[in-house]
Amino acid sequence: MSDDTRSEIALRVNDETFRLAVDNRRTLLDALREDLNLTGAKKGCDHGQCGACTVLVDGQRVVSCLTLAVAADGAAVTTIEGLADDGELRPIQEAFIRLDGFQCGFCTPGQICSAVGMLAEHAAGWPSAVTRDDSPQRAQELTEEEVRERMSGNLCRCSAYPSIVRAILEASAREAVAG
Amino acid sequence: MRAFAYQRTTQIRDALNLVAQHDGARFLAGGTNIVDLMKAGVESPARLVDIRSLALGEIAEAPDGGLVLGATVTNSSVAADAQVRLRYPALSQAILAGASGQLRNMATVGGNLLQRTRCAYFSDPSEACNKRVPGSGCSAINGAHHNHAILDWTSHCVATHPSDMAVPLTAFDAVVRYETLHGPGEIPLAEFYLPVGDRPDRETALPDGALITAVVLPAAAVAGRSRYRKVRERASYAFATVSVAAALDVQHGLVRDVRIALGGVASRPWRARLAESALCGGPATAERISVAAEVEIAAAKPLRDNAYKVTLARNLIEAVLTELAADSGEERNG
Repeated sequence: MSDDTRSEIALRVNDETFRLAVDNRRTLLDALREDLNLTGAKKGCDHGQCGACTVLVDGQRVVSCLTLAVAADGAAVTTIEGLADDGELRPIQEAFIRLDGFQCGFCTPGQICSAVGMLAEHAAGWPSAVTRDDSPQRAQELTEEEVRERMSGNLCRCSAYPSIVRAILEASAREAVAG
Repeated sequence: MRAFAYQRTTQIRDALNLVAQHDGARFLAGGTNIVDLMKAGVESPARLVDIRSLALGEIAEAPDGGLVLGATVTNSSVAADAQVRLRYPALSQAILAGASGQLRNMATVGGNLLQRTRCAYFSDPSEACNKRVPGSGCSAINGAHHNHAILDWTSHCVATHPSDMAVPLTAFDAVVRYETLHGPGEIPLAEFYLPVGDRPDRETALPDGALITAVVLPAAAVAGRSRYRKVRERASYAFATVSVAAALDVQHGLVRDVRIALGGVASRPWRARLAESALCGGPATAERISVAAEVEIAAAKPLRDNAYKVTLARNLIEAVLTELAADSGEERNG
């Protein structure tokens, strides 16, 4: 029988291209973890509810557990393993370490990838549910309330939320200064 | 999960043909709902036709002054769109009140409309559910139904429609545009979702094999003065218990146009036409707003454990209209 339930795909992951033959049922999360041995993205709920599997696809944060690998064919994927620049941590990663943005660490790769995507969304002027300024033109300030709302798709069972919010706010301020 | 074929195409006609020619074929866009339901064994398509490469990813101006939202525009892009925020603010607010940043980046306009209920019995194949297996019964009607319908349900199904986005779209008289192999068609959103009746598995009036290509927002001055308010069991990232999208246009002290729709109360977004009629033409006073809410909610039939939704829906209608009326007053005085 001709097997049209498998596909040859190319994934560009952390600036390296991988060619894979996958069962169409393979999620991007499983392809990353099982086929490419990139185990940073975690399988928490596997239903898009916890955010532990968050990665960036073409620059946007998504849950990789509900993304089919075959549907990501040709896309550029960034995982937690690809965030550091030649071994030098990004400000957001450094801030999570310095400000205790985690306890057990299971949700941390998803938290950090989500934060990177979230900060880009905020910089682009995207509103959130707590953004009060109705004018589409004016950029809103990134407040603790904004961070909590924008990061609500990432659960932390250790409840390290206060430190996660601090780390994101601090890294965001430092990146703004660095321009 | 059942094994399935996958194809991606750039042409609408190719996508329609692929679905028409293969039994069990379904369209795939963001996948946030169907992939989840495939994992649960609720959906088991034999083939997925990925439509994200079709040219349906733009928001465009409509000739009548409205907006055309392409079917594969992401929820994030609709919510952030400057024209949507200016002319249909409740739509942006509703989308931002739903899901998470990650899911909104994946989910699309068309997929949002076609998402399935979040009734726990629907997504659990070990339970009876007429929506999933017609004729199998309804576990919810005497089960855990505190978050189920209070309006328009039948003994066959008491599930609610989960979409936030569809609530303001209903209030704004949006129209669903679709394409078939026999040509294009349109269905007003008010007629898009079928009443529950005795076949809750039949959810929409979309013809078999049709592909939603866009949702058209008609020009409506009143929509610029709109709000969405959602009550849920936690502060963020949860489905509505009850939500309200409302728009109010007051001219010379009289209500010239008013739109009200409810989410979380029925199998479809609930257009509150009785409340609208009760308010239109007179002043937007506290008493008239209260009467309008009461008139709409009078038809509610709560289940054993969700009578709280009746009070909540009435209070939400009152609260949002009171805010909108206050906004109108400030504009007049300011």
